[in-house]
This record gives sequence, structure tokens and C-alpha cells, in this order.
Amino acid sequence: MIKGFINSTESFGSVDGPGVRFVVFMQGCKMRCKYCHNPDTWRCDGGREISADELLKTALRYKSYWGEKGGITVSGGEPLLQMDFLVELCKKARERGVNTAIDTAGNPFSRAEPFFSKFKELLEYTELFLLDIKHIDSADHKALTGFGNENILDMARYLSDIGFPVWIRHVLVPGINDDDYSLNRLHKFISTLKNVKRVEVLPYHSLGQMKYDDLGIKYPLEGLPSPSIESLENARRILHIRDYCGFIDGE
Amino acid sequence: MEEKVQWRGFKGRRWQEEIDTRDFIQNNYTMYDGDESFLSGPTEATEILWDELQKLQKEERAKGGVLDMDADIVSTLTSHGPGYINEKYKSLEKIVGLQTDKPLKRAFMPFGGIKMAEEALTTHGYTPNPELHKIFTQYHKTHNQGVFDAYTPEIKRARHNKIITGLPDTYGRGRIVGDYRRVALYGIDYLMQKKKEDFNACGSGSMKGEVIRLREEITEQYNALAEMKKMANIYGYDISQPANNAREAVQWLYFGYLAAIKTQNGAAMSVGRISTFLDIYIQRDLEEGTLTESEAQELIDHLVMKFRMVKFARIPSYNELFSGDPVWATLEVAGLGDDGRSMVTKNDFRFLHTLENMGPAPEPNLTVLYSSRLPKNFKNYASLISIKTSSVQYENDDVMRPIWGDDYSICCCVSATQTGKEMQFFGARANLAKCLLYAINGGVDEKTKAQVGPKYAAVTSEYLDYDDVMEKYDAMMDWLADIYVNALNLIHYMHDKYYYEAAEMALIDTNVRRTFATGIAGFSHVVDSISAIKYAKVRAIRDDDGIVVDYDVQGEFPRYGNDDDRADSIAVWLLKTFLSKIKKHHTYRRSEATTSILTITSNVVYGKATGSLPDGRKAGEPLAPGANPSYGAEKNGLLASLNSVAKLPYEYALDGISNTQTINPDALGHTDGERVENLVQIMDGYFDQGAHHLNVNVFGTEKLIDCMEHPEKEEYQNFTIRVSGYAVKFIDLTREQQLDVIARTCHGVI
Repeated sequence: MIKGFINSTESFGSVDGPGVRFVVFMQGCKMRCKYCHNPDTWRCDGGREISADELLKTALRYKSYWGEKGGITVSGGEPLLQMDFLVELCKKARERGVNTAIDTAGNPFSRAEPFFSKFKELLEYTELFLLDIKHIDSADHKALTGFGNENILDMARYLSDIGFPVWIRHVLVPGINDDDYSLNRLHKFISTLKNVKRVEVLPYHSLGQMKYDDLGIKYPLEGLPSPSIESLENARRILHIRDYCGFIDGE
Repeated sequence: MEEKVQWRGFKGRRWQEEIDTRDFIQNNYTMYDGDESFLSGPTEATEILWDELQKLQKEERAKGGVLDMDADIVSTLTSHGPGYINEKYKSLEKIVGLQTDKPLKRAFMPFGGIKMAEEALTTHGYTPNPELHKIFTQYHKTHNQGVFDAYTPEIKRARHNKIITGLPDTYGRGRIVGDYRRVALYGIDYLMQKKKEDFNACGSGSMKGEVIRLREEITEQYNALAEMKKMANIYGYDISQPANNAREAVQWLYFGYLAAIKTQNGAAMSVGRISTFLDIYIQRDLEEGTLTESEAQELIDHLVMKFRMVKFARIPSYNELFSGDPVWATLEVAGLGDDGRSMVTKNDFRFLHTLENMGPAPEPNLTVLYSSRLPKNFKNYASLISIKTSSVQYENDDVMRPIWGDDYSICCCVSATQTGKEMQFFGARANLAKCLLYAINGGVDEKTKAQVGPKYAAVTSEYLDYDDVMEKYDAMMDWLADIYVNALNLIHYMHDKYYYEAAEMALIDTNVRRTFATGIAGFSHVVDSISAIKYAKVRAIRDDDGIVVDYDVQGEFPRYGNDDDRADSIAVWLLKTFLSKIKKHHTYRRSEATTSILTITSNVVYGKATGSLPDGRKAGEPLAPGANPSYGAEKNGLLASLNSVAKLPYEYALDGISNTQTINPDALGHTDGERVENLVQIMDGYFDQGAHHLNVNVFGTEKLIDCMEHPEKEEYQNFTIRVSGYAVKFIDLTREQQLDVIARTCHGVI
């Protein structure tokens, strides 16, 4: 049986996908986003080992809260780093009539094998991707996360080509990705995609800082404030979020 | 009974032949499954009056919480002339009647205890009347005196050391809901006639003590009804006949309630389930073209304004228990009928809408009788009002209806009672956390070092042994149940004797069912303590006298509040065990023993009197309120916590299982629409599992902190939050309680 490594779970998630959701935070991520609020999920050699059945059993304790829209969101960490487990989990969830969403930054994506076949298999069993685009400019993306974004944008295009539902998410960080130029470029990119059901702008916050302190890691954005309401509104306007307010069911 | 003009257009037969309000409602209400778009805003009169009332409330706060008090008149139904919000605007008041002759003026009510009535006066700078002092000490005994004349030394010790606590021996027991709707439906004359028939039918056999007492009580009820007519007369109304239209129905009903709050200062003075009933009258007037929607809303707004004005003279120790001046004018909306029809009417929307028309407020304690089968539009609206005002509580109609039928009311914070059929002997609570410490220390109080409980063998080992502790705890709980029930038997005997609720009982069937409502404090701490002893290692730390005063917990253990059956099964065991011990005992007037897991704001005071516990809670720290998991215990988020509480079987806690949760708006959804939808999902999921109650707060900790630091800000004057069992203006809590509220887990995912 394939085992996965998770960092933790949260019984009540209502801002990571449609409706009320059980959120699984997978262990392990290669990106080192400066504003990451879950640095405890970075290490790939830790976490709690768990089988898909076991995890699903825990999640199903919350089924009564999900209604028609809710379900399970797999977040992280980076869920796409544990493809075999992810496929099994989503497949089993589908068998139980539970919808799943994958909250990813897309960093592991590649059209090379063996990843690509597994990725395509995953799409058969999950309902939605929440794709976090950290920065539209690859160089800036690299400065912010340690990696370029070519394959991430490629994943977005692939999902668009096959018409798979996606929510684009963008964490707005003052001085890093909140300038009009970058936002306009991001909008331009998103507008080429045909599968975007929703665009969300999430304000950066420093609540993750205490986790850095606990882990003994220096917090890279020390002293950086959250974006202002005006700046958030500006980003939401430029990204035309009102044009994409649909839920997974196309509401 | 002949065909009455006031009943024109009403259907059904049984309610016309005998008193049966439920039958009237079921035959005549109009279901509503539409949305809130029909609602009207406040009328000019409402705005003027509400403005006046807010000025008075401000003045009251500036004067330290009490605006005015009566020292010279003993409050009765007819003791005071008419009173209005403002004499100048009295013609604007669609619904009239105050407890005294002035707004927010607190009446003098000595029958519960002259000592307390006088202390309330002196605390606020008023001088007790020497003549009244003489009367109530030399010529007439009060409830409090009666109780203390009869208490045993053992009960006094248990009470003094606060293992049984909050007992209604120094204040009115409350929790009796008269069927105030009867005044509107039947008029007083018919109700008097029925009581007379009951009197004549009572005691034709032998004159035993019980019969004699009942005859005396019926006479008191009959007299109270006659007095109610006089009371209404003071305001220029004749309520001898049924109400003829909606305005009269609201007014008649309110007079019934006013009679209760003029004569009783019970801890909880609930209004009951009046919404669907009143809608029938409003609907008839709307159809007859004699009332507009705006006028209908005005009637409800003005009625609710009156509920926001109910005041009692309290003493400081009472305010510590029940902070923020609550009266539990609890009022229910929604619910389903036995036939499966939704009982939601337009009026249920109107009552919730008062929180928009006049802003949030703690009273009346608005309660939604919830079922996932309620109309979607109503669920969405209630959820929206919760998100906007944090002033609403939810109780599971699907678990209460099978027990209490479809015409029950909530008689305190969360406890159900059949309207007009039942009364309750309110019993405050036993501190089961302290009881665990008594078990460990052989009946010696960990704080006072007095031998309070029986001198059973104490735990002598350094590390607590599960089997050893459980055996001792079982025995100590037996003792506690025994002394607790006896104290309550005695209290209620005296309350019936010296402070009988004639006005409320006059609106309840003579052949009344009685429940005996005990309660549990310290619930989650006992569960976690037992779990710690079972799954981790707990070392006892003893003082020089050999009393265990602290605990050192080594290792991990499952805690209640994480949907972990290892801990949650202990919770279920504790509830069942305690209730079964209570049920072994004789209860006064053959009442049915129930229990509750609710502590109201008294969790802070109870915590102060309780030593350190094996779960890691330190001496003096607040206990978790109600059935809430302990602070910091919840590690898996809101729904895991709700799942734990939902496992407690309501059938074993018919007096209620209170749960208070605060959700950060940012964690509930990105938009208002999403928040509404998600909150409905949470409640559907929680209540479908059989959970009993949920207080819903939607705000962030930062708002609480700012409000605590800047209580003068205009925006905080009516900022209301739900605490265990009721709603309260946050600025009216003591700083200690504010800190306690802030310290509790605020559910939000980052």
C-alpha cells in the first residue's frame, strides 16, 4: 500500500476551494517562498506516514458538514510531490462520492514521464486545481521562490487546453508582486486561459512568522506589512476577479 | 364556548373548547419559505423611541450599571402607575408597560430574600426603607431565610466551599415560562373561569398536605389573573376578553409577561415561543387590510424594545456569576411541527430583523430552533444575521421535538420546557472538577483545607493510578449527587412556600409536569484529567499537610475536542454516570431529574474556587464554559471540536448542552455570500449529528482586544457577543471575563 507523508490536517477549511472542506497539508516542498506561512511543511524527510484509506476515514468524519459543494482539499507543502499517494487518495475519495481539490504551486509539473502520466491520471479523479501563481515574471519568481515559473505556466496552459477547472490564486506581497506592471502581465496571461473559474487575491500576512521562530529559521520578510485595502482593491481590479466568480459547478 | 368575534377566520375546534394554544397554532399558521425581501425598516416612531432608549442605556452605564432603583415600594402587579420610555413620546409606543413607573428603574423585590434586596440597594447608593425592613424580617419570612433555617451543616459546608455552586437560594429560581399567548387567545376572564373549575375539582377526597397546597396555589393563581386585569387597566386596557387584532395580541401577550417580571426576579425570565403564534394575528390583519408590513414590523420592534428594557436589582456576587445584567428573556423562532411542516413564518424573519432595525442586542435571547430541514431562505437569513450581529443562538429542534413536542419554549439559556404544561426546578450546578480533587484528597478541599466531603481514603501514591482514582471518584460523586439533590429539594420547597410564581403558574396548566434541572461544571477538565491519568503519567504534588495541590503531567494524552473517541468516550461516560447518580434520589414534588452541561459566565468564578487539575489547568484559572473543550485542547480545528461535543447524547442532558464557538470572518469565507453558505453548512453538519446547541460568534480577536481597550468607541456601545448560554454586550463584562473570552480559541485557519 502506498503511504503518504502529511504535516497535519484541518477539519474546517472554507477558504481553500468551494464550500466547507477538510484540508490535508502534505509534507515536503522544494520551493522556498519568502512569504510562506507553512515553513514547517518544507522538509521532505519528515511528516506523519499515513495510508489513503486512513486519511480518508478521518476526513469522512466531517462529511455531514460538506453538503453538495464541500469535500477535501489537498494542500501542503506541495501535493504534486507525492503523486502516487495523491492519485490513490483522490481515486478512493471519488469512489466514496467525495470531491477533491488540489492546492498547488505547480512546481513539480513536467510533461516528462513518469510524472505526466500520473498527472493525467490524477485529473481523472479530482475536480479542481487551486493554482497559486506566485509571480508572472520567471526571474522574479525565481528570486521569490528559488525556481523559475516556465513549467508552472505550462501546467496552466495544459489544464486550459483540456478544459480542466482551475482557480488561480495570487498572494499579494507589498513591493514584490503588487505593482501594476506585474499584475497586468498576470492578467494578460490568465485571460488566455479558458478554464479559469475564479481568481483570488489573498493578502500577505505575517502570521507565519512565529513558525519560523520555532524552527529557528530567519524570517525573510521581517517587518513587511500586509498590503493596504487600496492595494488589494487595485490588484482585484487589474485581475478582473469579478469576471471569474464561478464555483466548481459553474455557478 | 360560544363563537367569539375576536376569533373570526380562525380554524380548528379543540382549542375553542379547552385551553390548547398549540392546537390553535397548528390549525392556523401560514408557512413562509420565501426570503427576507419583504421586510420593512424601522418606522419613525421606532427610531425616536430606540434613540431615547439608547440615551437611557448610556446614562445607565455612566452611572455604574444602574439608572434608578425603587427603595420604597414592594413590586406587585399593581404597585406602580404607568411608565413609558419617555412621557413626551408615549403616544408613539405601540406596545406599552414597564416594570415600574420609569424606564430602566429597578423594582424592589424582597420575597426572594430581604437581605439581597437591601444589599442591591446599598451597593448602588440607595437607602433601604426601614419600615419594609421591619416587615420582611419581623412579620414575614423570605425564601432565602427559609432555606437557611433548614440547611444542614454539611450542605452549608459544600456550598461555602463551592463544590455545589450558584444555587438559587439567594435569588429567584426563574426558568418558569408562562404561556403568555393564552392571555391574547382567550382573555383573562376565560382563564379565571378555567382555574375556578380546577379549584372546584381539586381535593374532593381527603385533605392531604399535597391537596391543601394545590388548592392554595390555584387560589393564588386565580388572584394573580384578577390582578393582571387591573395592571392592564392602569395602561388603559381591558384584557378580560381575547385580543381582537394583531396589536392587541402583542399587547395582551406582553401584559402576561409583564406580570411575571413585575413579581419575580428569577435568574432567567424567558418569554418563550411566541413568534409563530403572533404571526397568525398579523397575517389576519394583513389579509383584512387593517395592517401594513411596516406596521407589523413596528409592533415586533416595539415589543422587542420592551424585552431589551427588562431589569432586576442584583447584588455583586450575582453579577459575578451572571455577568452583563442578563435576564434571559429567551424567545424562539422557527422549528418544525410534529407533522413535519416548517413552523417558520414571516414573523420569524421579523424578530431576527429587529437586530438590523435596532442593531445588535443581548436581549431578548434570540434562539433559532434549528433543523437542516428548515426552509433554505430562512437558514440563510439567520446565518446572515449571525454573521452581522453575533446575537443569535441555535438549538437542535430535531433532538428536542421528540422529547418535548412541537410547542416547547427555551426557559433559560438553552433548556427546553413544554409551554404551558411544565415548570422547572432550576438547580445551578455541581462542580465535578472539584469533586475529582475531593476524591484524590479524601474529601478535603484543596483550597480551604476543610473536610467538606466524607473522609474517604485519599490517594497516597506519587503517581495517580487510573483504577484507584476512578474507584474513589465514583464514591465521591455518589456523595456529591446526594447532597446536591437534597440541597435543591430544600431550596425548592422554600421557594414554593415563600416566593411562589402565581402569575406565571396562572398561565400554565394546573396539572403541571415538573423537571428537576441539575447541572455540571468543569466538564471538559474532568474528561481531560481522567484521560491524562489513563494515557499519560500524572505525578501528584503534595503540600506540607499532604494535600495534593498540583500535578505534573508527563507525556501526551488525548483531549476532548479533537474528535478522538478515546477522550470523547470519557465525556459520554461522565455525563451518563452523573445523571444516573442524580436519578437515584428522591426529587421534590416527584419532579423528573435532568442535567445540563452549561455554566454561563460563571465558569470564571467556579474556576477561581477550583484548585489545579490533572489535565494541566492551574489553580484559579477559569474552567471551560459549558460543554466546550478546554482552552488550547482543540488541535484539529472547529469541526473536530464540534464533532466531539456532538457525541454527548442529548437524552442524558435534557436540560441542555451548551457550546460556544467563535469564527473569524476571514476563515468563514471570502464573501458574505460564501460566509452565509458555509455557516449554514456547519450548522447542518453539526445538528444532523444530534448535537444540541451552538452559540455562534463571528468576529476576530483583534476586535475584542480593541473593544476592551477602547470601550468608549461608539461602534462598541452595542457590540454583542454570545457567551455560554446567552448574549451580552462585551463592554458590560468584567475585565477578567473579557480576558477569558479573548483567551479562548478563535477558530481561523492561517
